Amino acid sequence: MTSILYDLPGPRARVRNRILGVLATVGIVALAGFITYRFWVTGQFEGRKWEWLLYKDMQLQLADALGATIRAFMVGALLALAFGFLSAVARLSEHAWLRAPAYAVVELFRAIPLVVMIFFLFYAAPQAGLQLGVFWSLVVGLTLYNGSVLAEVFRAGVQSVPRGQREAAFALGLRKNQVMRSVLLPQAVRAMLPSIVSQLVVLLKDTALGFLITYQELLFEARYLGSLAEFGRPIIPTALVVGAVYVSLCIALSLLASYLEGRNRRHRFSERALPVPDAPNRAWATTSPS
Amino acid sequence: MIELLVDNRDLYLTGFRNTILLFVLAGIGALVVGALLAAMRVSPVPVLRLVGSGYVNIFRNTPLTLVFFFFAFAYPRLDLLDVPFFTRAVLALVVYTAAFVCEVVRSGINTVEVGQAEASRALGLTFVQTLTAIVVPQAIRSVVPPLTSVLNALLKNTTVAAGFAVAEAGQITPTLSERGASVLIGMVWIAIGFLILVIPLTATQRTLEKRWSVAR
Repeated sequence: MTSILYDLPGPRARVRNRILGVLATVGIVALAGFITYRFWVTGQFEGRKWEWLLYKDMQLQLADALGATIRAFMVGALLALAFGFLSAVARLSEHAWLRAPAYAVVELFRAIPLVVMIFFLFYAAPQAGLQLGVFWSLVVGLTLYNGSVLAEVFRAGVQSVPRGQREAAFALGLRKNQVMRSVLLPQAVRAMLPSIVSQLVVLLKDTALGFLITYQELLFEARYLGSLAEFGRPIIPTALVVGAVYVSLCIALSLLASYLEGRNRRHRFSERALPVPDAPNRAWATTSPS
Repeated sequence: MIELLVDNRDLYLTGFRNTILLFVLAGIGALVVGALLAAMRVSPVPVLRLVGSGYVNIFRNTPLTLVFFFFAFAYPRLDLLDVPFFTRAVLALVVYTAAFVCEVVRSGINTVEVGQAEASRALGLTFVQTLTAIVVPQAIRSVVPPLTSVLNALLKNTTVAAGFAVAEAGQITPTLSERGASVLIGMVWIAIGFLILVIPLTATQRTLEKRWSVAR
C-alpha cells in the first residue's frame, strides 16, 4: 500500500519499522502496566469495590439512571430535529422577516456554550418566572444548541442538491413548498443523514452535562454509588462501568452514522451531493467536539 | 444592568481570565498531542496506527463531562502526583480535544493526492523535504478551517470546568447569587462575554474557509 507520506517499504525500511513497532509496543505496554499497577496498589481491583455490581438494588438503580440518560436523549433528539428542521426552513425562506430572526437564533445558540445555556435555564430562568425543573432545563438546552447545529446541517444539505432539481420542479409547476417538501428535503436528508446521526452522538454525549445540575442520570448515579462507604467508596469502578456504558452507546450510534455514510457513497447521486462546508471526512464519529 | 457588571467586575475578570487561560493552555496541549496522534495514525508502524485509532475512537465517543469526572474524583484516588484542579482541568480538555485535532490533521493529510508525493519522490526529494515542501503546505489549507472549529468547541467546552468548581466564567453565577445580585442579568453578561470570544473565531473560520478552499 502506498501512502501519501511513504513508499512501499524496502528491506531496510521494513526492519526499521519492525524495530519501531517493538519499541512502541514496549512503551505502550509499560504505560498500560503502570496504570494497572496504580489501580492495583490503590486497591481498585479488590472484590469489595466491585461487590455493588452484584446487588439487585444497585443494578436497578443503574438501570434507572440509564433510563434517565436515554429519556433525555430521546426527547432532546426529537425536539432538536424538529427545531433544526423549522429553523433551516425559515433560514431558506424567501421572506426576509423569517430569514433574519432564524439566522440570529441559530447563530446565537451555536455561540453560547451549552453549559452556560443549561445553567441559565436552571438557575436564572426561575427568576424570570420560568420554572423548568432539572429534566426540562437539560432537554431544552440540548434542543436549542443541537437544533441550531442541525439547522445548519439541513440547510447545507438543501443547498447541496443540484440546482437543476429545483429548477425542474418549478418548471413542472410545483408550488414553493411542494418543491421544498417533495423534491429538495428528501434528497437533502438522505445526503445529510450521516452528519445528522453524528450530531445525535454529540447530543447523547452532552446529556452527561445533566450531572452538573443534578439530573439523576448515569454520571450522577456513578457519583452516588462511588460514595458508598460500605463498598469502600468505589468511585473508580463506578466511573469505569458508567464510562463503558457511555462509550458503547455512542460507538453504536457512530457505527450507524458510518454505515449510512458508506451506503450513501455507493449511490452515485449522493456522491455529488455530499460535500458540505462543515463536514470534512467523518470516519466513524463526530468531527467537532460537542 | 451595567451596575451589576461594574460592581462585580472582579468576578468577571478572574472568570474570563481563567477561561482564556484554560483555552490557551488546553489549545496548545491539544494541538501538540493531536499532531502526535495524527503522526501515529499515518505512520508505517501497525502498532502505532492501532493505538492511535483506538485512542481517537474511545475519546470521541466519551462525554467530556465523564473525562472531567475522572480527573476530578477518580484521579486523587490513584495517589499520583498531587496537582491542583486547574491543571487537571487542562489535562481533561487536552485528552478530549486531542482526539478531534488528530482526526482533522489526519483527514487533512489524506486530502493531498498521492501523485504529489510520488512526483516529489521521483524528483529525488527526501522524506523530510517531501513533508515540508509538498505535503504540509497543501494539507494546511484543508486543516486550518476545521481546526478553528475544533478550537471554537474547545473554548465553549472550557465551561464544563466551571461545573467542577474551577473559578471560570461559568462559575460566576453561584457567587453572584451569594452576593445577592440578579442571577438572570449576571448570566446574560456571561453569555455576552462568550459571544465576544466566540464570534471572532467563527468569523476567522469562515474567512479561511472561503479564501483557502481550492478546487482539486
